[in-house]
Amino acid sequence: MKMILTLFIRFFQIGLFSIGGGYAIIPLIQEQVVNNFGWLTLQEYTDIITISQMTPGPLVVNTASFVGIRIAGFFGAVAATVGSILSGFIISIFLYNFFKKHQNTESISNVLRALRSSSVGLIASAASTILLLAFFGDTTLNIQSANLNLAAVIVFIFALFLLRKYKLNPILIMVLSGIIGLFLY
Amino acid sequence: MKFDRLKTIFTLFRITFYISAFTFGGGYIVIPMMRKYFVDDLDLITERELMDMAAIAQSSPGAIAVNIAVLVGYRIAGIFGAVISAIGTVLPPILILSVISIFYKAFRDNHIISAILKGMEAGVAATIVDLIIDMMQGIFKEENLLFTLMAPITFIASFVFNVNVLVLIISCALLAIAQTYLKNTMRGA
Repeated sequence: MKMILTLFIRFFQIGLFSIGGGYAIIPLIQEQVVNNFGWLTLQEYTDIITISQMTPGPLVVNTASFVGIRIAGFFGAVAATVGSILSGFIISIFLYNFFKKHQNTESISNVLRALRSSSVGLIASAASTILLLAFFGDTTLNIQSANLNLAAVIVFIFALFLLRKYKLNPILIMVLSGIIGLFLY
Repeated sequence: MKFDRLKTIFTLFRITFYISAFTFGGGYIVIPMMRKYFVDDLDLITERELMDMAAIAQSSPGAIAVNIAVLVGYRIAGIFGAVISAIGTVLPPILILSVISIFYKAFRDNHIISAILKGMEAGVAATIVDLIIDMMQGIFKEENLLFTLMAPITFIASFVFNVNVLVLIISCALLAIAQTYLKNTMRGA
């Protein structure tokens, strides 16, 4: 019981400090889970990062589930996961109500417009990282040694064409590109 | 509880669960999926509202995919809807990880799964690029040059210079406040 409470509190803290998401939070979780608590070895943590990329769902939630199960079974997983999403749950609803309530206040509605613009930039940044990964198999672009994956480029162009022209369901695109991957690699 | 409300709640759970089960390649992939179901098919929220939710989800702590689901649920069915959407979103990872934790070494080294995931990368990239094209059209319609420029500048700062996300979000918010203040001061003078 005490372990379940500890899991909840620690993952609440991890969730609270993981603004921005993505790869930036990997060292942050590692600091807590590997270095501070010794819940996982570094090898296990590296494995969970790999598995997190192989299974659906956010990295924080996947890590919380995995650590929770190993430490205290299924209810440990639930406690750690709820802890990891709780701060986002409360703060995003609070912000949503705040912007809604003050939508006629010029300075506050302008802040939301600014956040919308910057979020487009941040999404584009994440998309570029995925593009590099898909086309060159690496997240840093190195022109000399870069090995362009022509098959991935073709799948990308074809998928984008289907999305723009026929507004195909994104989930269908994922399934189709996954099946193509099965035959390609 | 009225039948209609119960039906809405069930729809929320079903769609968030389904979307979560396909959330590969980072949290942003849920935005085009949410758009497909909640904006295009069910017409429960507008595209503009979804973009606002994405911006708020991005600026809040925790996983973006969970935060967006929570906000969509909240907007459609209040706090209970938010809880249901959160459960729908975290349930697939919890269930899948529970099973995988038993034989995770075999799973990690499975070549079939790696091949499927490698193939999906191009699909994920295409889906997000498709979303960005639509979002950029909205940004260019902003009559305010500062907000239009914020998107490409944030992109360069994040992608090329690796500036921290929190720093970028706070800077953009402060710039918006400063601009509003300056405009009002000049109007008053």
